[in-house]
Amino acid sequence: MKQVLAYTRTAIALHWLIALLVFVTFPVGVIMSDMALSPDKLKLLSYHKWLGVTVFILLVVRLVWRVAHRPAPLDVAMPHWQMLAAKAVHVLLYVLLFAIPLSGWLMSSAKGFQTVYLGVLPLPDLLARDKVLGDALSALHQVLNITMLLLVIAHIAAALKHHFVDRDGTLVRMLPFLGRRTSK
Amino acid sequence: MNKFIAAILLLLSFGAAAAEYSKVQADSSTITFVSKQMSVPVEGAFKKFTAQVRINPAKPEAGVAHMVIDLASIDAGSMEANDEVKGKSWFNVAEFPRAEFVSSAVKALGAGKYEAAGKMTIKGKTMEVRAPFTLKEDKGVLAIDGAFVLKRLDFGIGSGLWSDTSVVADEVQIKFHLLLK
Repeated sequence: MKQVLAYTRTAIALHWLIALLVFVTFPVGVIMSDMALSPDKLKLLSYHKWLGVTVFILLVVRLVWRVAHRPAPLDVAMPHWQMLAAKAVHVLLYVLLFAIPLSGWLMSSAKGFQTVYLGVLPLPDLLARDKVLGDALSALHQVLNITMLLLVIAHIAAALKHHFVDRDGTLVRMLPFLGRRTSK
Repeated sequence: MNKFIAAILLLLSFGAAAAEYSKVQADSSTITFVSKQMSVPVEGAFKKFTAQVRINPAKPEAGVAHMVIDLASIDAGSMEANDEVKGKSWFNVAEFPRAEFVSSAVKALGAGKYEAAGKMTIKGKTMEVRAPFTLKEDKGVLAIDGAFVLKRLDFGIGSGLWSDTSVVADEVQIKFHLLLK
């Protein structure tokens, strides 16, 4: 198998970096939501927000990069519906990676707590303090997150199925070292 | 002649009394504060307080103030925080329901600014505080606006785990806006 990268190294790095951050940010969010108010909770709340802002920034970089560096089309035979499903999940994941940090930021503003990135850079409050709106955005933030959790499970399951069941090169596109090893 | 002097003194005292403000407008006066949590400024307020203030803008140095704040009326930014700060490690309102400020002196700082010094009592501890303020008269209403920094740990506000100032800063900015008639 010849090593032709479907995604650039930058795109691959951004994919895994964002994946890693999401895998930290999500559980931190779940844990802190269930905690009683304490200094540790305030710390986790801040870390969660900083991580979320970082994901948002990286996503913007990733989208710009993707527009400038179109990945090669997937050259794997599969049913049409699977192609469509894959495309839909990818688009939705991009939308959620954008909408989730945004809803978190807005909900924080509406609840009257400004987001200060890394404790240094205050982000503007786009909404005035409004309890009802804050609760609504909080509910939205949760729904979007549960949706993303389900999509990520589907995304990972599909990637593993392609690699271990179909044994095609789909996962190798995002993990080139797997291809290198099998090609030897 | 004595009568004449007495009459002038009486007139002067009337003049002074007319310019003195002492009726604090409770509905439009506010005591708010800003604390820093993980470097995030969070606004709060005390919804219930009584303020007895007598001040003559022509002679602010003679002004006096006595304020009593109902600590359970705190709005600390969220329901969760409101419950927390009434508890033992913060204000302990069950034992210390009120904070009190009694002025001892007012001095002019120049450029229309003044400073009230006095004793602040919170949670059984009394400390000297100094609060700079300005005066503005408009249509028979005197606005007193000021702010000062209070160190919460001086009063044991937020003890134990909460004494970590990297989470909640020691310095809390207190702002007062009093309207008097």
